[in-house]
Amino acid sequence: MSKFKLIPNLSSSPHVRLGISVNQIMYQVIYALLPICAYAIYAFGLSVLLLIVCCVIVSILTESLFCKLARKSNTIADGSVIITGILLALCLPPGFPLWMAAVAAFISVALGKVLFGGLGYNVFNPALVGRAFVQAAFPSAIVTWTPPFLSGRFTELIPSTMTMPFMKPIAIDNWLSIKQTAMQSTAQVVDAFTGATPLALQKFEQIPTPWQDLLSGTVAGSSGETSAIIIVLCGLYLAVKKMLDWRIPVGVILGALCLSLPLWLWGDVLTDQPNYPNPLFVLFSGGLMLGAVFMASDMVSSPLTSRAVWIYAIFIGVLTVLIRFFGGLNEGVMYAILLANALVPLLSSISGTSVFGSGKK
Amino acid sequence: MLSSENTFLHGIHPPDFKALTCDLPIQRLPFAPQLLIPLSQHAGKPSISLVKAGDEVVRGQPIAKADGFFSVPQHAPASGRIKSIQLMPSARGPKVETIIMEVFAADTQEQGYDFKHDMQDTNSEQLIQYVQDSGMVGLGGAAFPTHVKLKPPPEHQVDTLVANGCECEPYLTCDHRLMLEQPDNLLKGIRLLKKALQIDKAIIGIEDNKLDAVEVIQKHIKSDDQIEVKAVKTKYPQGAEKMLIHALLGRDVPPGNFPSSVGVSVFNVGTLTQLGELLPLGRGVIERVVTVSGNAVQRPGNYLVPIGTPIDFLLKYVGLEDKAYEVILGGPMMGMSIASLDVPVTKAMSGMLVMQKQSQQHPIQPCIRCGYCLDACPMMLNPSILGLLARSGDYEQMQKYYHLNDCFECGCCTYVCPAQIPLIQYFRIAKSSNLNNRQKSTT
Repeated sequence: MSKFKLIPNLSSSPHVRLGISVNQIMYQVIYALLPICAYAIYAFGLSVLLLIVCCVIVSILTESLFCKLARKSNTIADGSVIITGILLALCLPPGFPLWMAAVAAFISVALGKVLFGGLGYNVFNPALVGRAFVQAAFPSAIVTWTPPFLSGRFTELIPSTMTMPFMKPIAIDNWLSIKQTAMQSTAQVVDAFTGATPLALQKFEQIPTPWQDLLSGTVAGSSGETSAIIIVLCGLYLAVKKMLDWRIPVGVILGALCLSLPLWLWGDVLTDQPNYPNPLFVLFSGGLMLGAVFMASDMVSSPLTSRAVWIYAIFIGVLTVLIRFFGGLNEGVMYAILLANALVPLLSSISGTSVFGSGKK
Repeated sequence: MLSSENTFLHGIHPPDFKALTCDLPIQRLPFAPQLLIPLSQHAGKPSISLVKAGDEVVRGQPIAKADGFFSVPQHAPASGRIKSIQLMPSARGPKVETIIMEVFAADTQEQGYDFKHDMQDTNSEQLIQYVQDSGMVGLGGAAFPTHVKLKPPPEHQVDTLVANGCECEPYLTCDHRLMLEQPDNLLKGIRLLKKALQIDKAIIGIEDNKLDAVEVIQKHIKSDDQIEVKAVKTKYPQGAEKMLIHALLGRDVPPGNFPSSVGVSVFNVGTLTQLGELLPLGRGVIERVVTVSGNAVQRPGNYLVPIGTPIDFLLKYVGLEDKAYEVILGGPMMGMSIASLDVPVTKAMSGMLVMQKQSQQHPIQPCIRCGYCLDACPMMLNPSILGLLARSGDYEQMQKYYHLNDCFECGCCTYVCPAQIPLIQYFRIAKSSNLNNRQKSTT
């Protein structure tokens, strides 16, 4: 009888759980980002490896520091700060000076995340906050591009990577031209052998890049944005695991198409500016794919309800094309996402859910 | 209208663990030496005791009468002597007036209170009275007095009776066993309640993980019955009234309304089966089938348990593993864990689970707005924002803008939440706080 002296424990229903944790979701996202990192290192060399490592370490240190200052338990184990670090590195130019990257990572986490209250409370995508900061702070370094597949990229760094802190980045023009001669002498002819990105070529020199090159990623650009196909595959993996809202990338692409397609077809009639690029070029160039798949879809800073998600995603697509075609910059994904992030509370408040049986849809 | 391909939108698929007990026939549990019959084990007013300490009662004898229409009587689950009537702990926590009786150990426990009603000549009014006299409440867990549902508000025209055989809660198999073992009683019960409701049409909704039950019942339906058996998709919470009506009939019960507003009356198959047996004999509810299961029980099974049997006695009978950690009355999704083993088995208790401590417990983290809860909520609510509002204590706003009261606490949101936020617990606190405030402002 005394064997049954059970003192039952209490808990609130439901007494069973699915067993998925925030950490698991975050680590899945990290795994999905790894192939993109691998390709970025393969295309641009050791500099990108250092860039990623630097951004991740500084991000982690920043979050640890602020947790300590706030006397909270350390939250780096949830993995979200690693995602911020990786995403930030992937949207910086391959030869971006490491000290500037460290500043970007600090700003990302400090200003973009912990000041709002940490994971779950940030309004903006932290990586893009850091990116926007260095875009304003270091306007020349952020547009200094290197072509991919340079010879010797696994044995030497892009010179600007190792710029001394608080110094101007080392100019890489000379280094690039030496590389160019070296590669041409070994008969490795690369098209458009300049550091300019396809978007800049298109906007400022009206030189189109074939969209097939953009798919495979044989062009210049931010370290992680160049191969659309790898980004899409990684996104599919996450979407299948239900750790990425498929509606967001789809919505962004739809939004971009619904503006760029009519302009491509009838741009000369509709506006006084001829030669709009192929919509496929719009989709696969620049950071649109990386932004659509991994940044716009950031769970914390994107809306929840179905209607709000579609508005949000399409808004990002349309705004990106607007900035690219009619703005002063050749790239607009970052600002489009940040602006859309700011709209999320508004979108949420005007698009609630329709309760079962209320007759609305 | 949304397509109603035998299912509803959203919901979850938890592992069901029904294999533990679904093949075990219903088995009678011996009488405990002492039974505790709470006067309030149903929604509505508590019953009024008809006995006093020292009285001897016969099994099946009414020992408490209904207090008005919204109440039910209680019957003696065994022959014995009334020991006392006093406040005893209930599963929900607060103490309730309870009749404590000692069971005569050597008694044959024959039922001494049969009336043999003639079911052919009864009219609707009489039938409803018989249902109330039987003390029947919703045996699925709601404990809503059954006869009240037979008298829908006059502005509602009920045309269909729905028998709820979904049993969507994991672990539970008592309804499944009843459908397999007593299909005749079930159909008898449906025929009687159709008569009470003065309608012709009835549908039995059964989840498609119990197709054997569908088959058995189909064999027993007579050609002139107008009773249909429909398999619905296995998904939690398919057994929720509104979800089942949607799946079977494509009708949506508006927020804040009863099923009768769309012409439907829903009864659990356990309720109907017992009524089919009890009504012709004029008997009352004195026992029920309880699924005893969980990963810390030695002999899980489906037991026919006298109402009032202390949980303690039931636990001793089925045997516990050493790792027993938590005792849950009902299913794992909506059942409640109990603090005291002295509480009795009541009419609405469909299961008792004894669980080990969950091996993998993640910490509670902030909401990352993943939206899993929105995709799980069968009522199309936004549990994420409800949770945030609850955290900041904005209970009134939860009700005013985010339909808190349409939440029926199925637990889907909490089940899927990767941040392990105890949303349902928050919602219960918010609801009761709102209720308190409203009561305060009216007085």
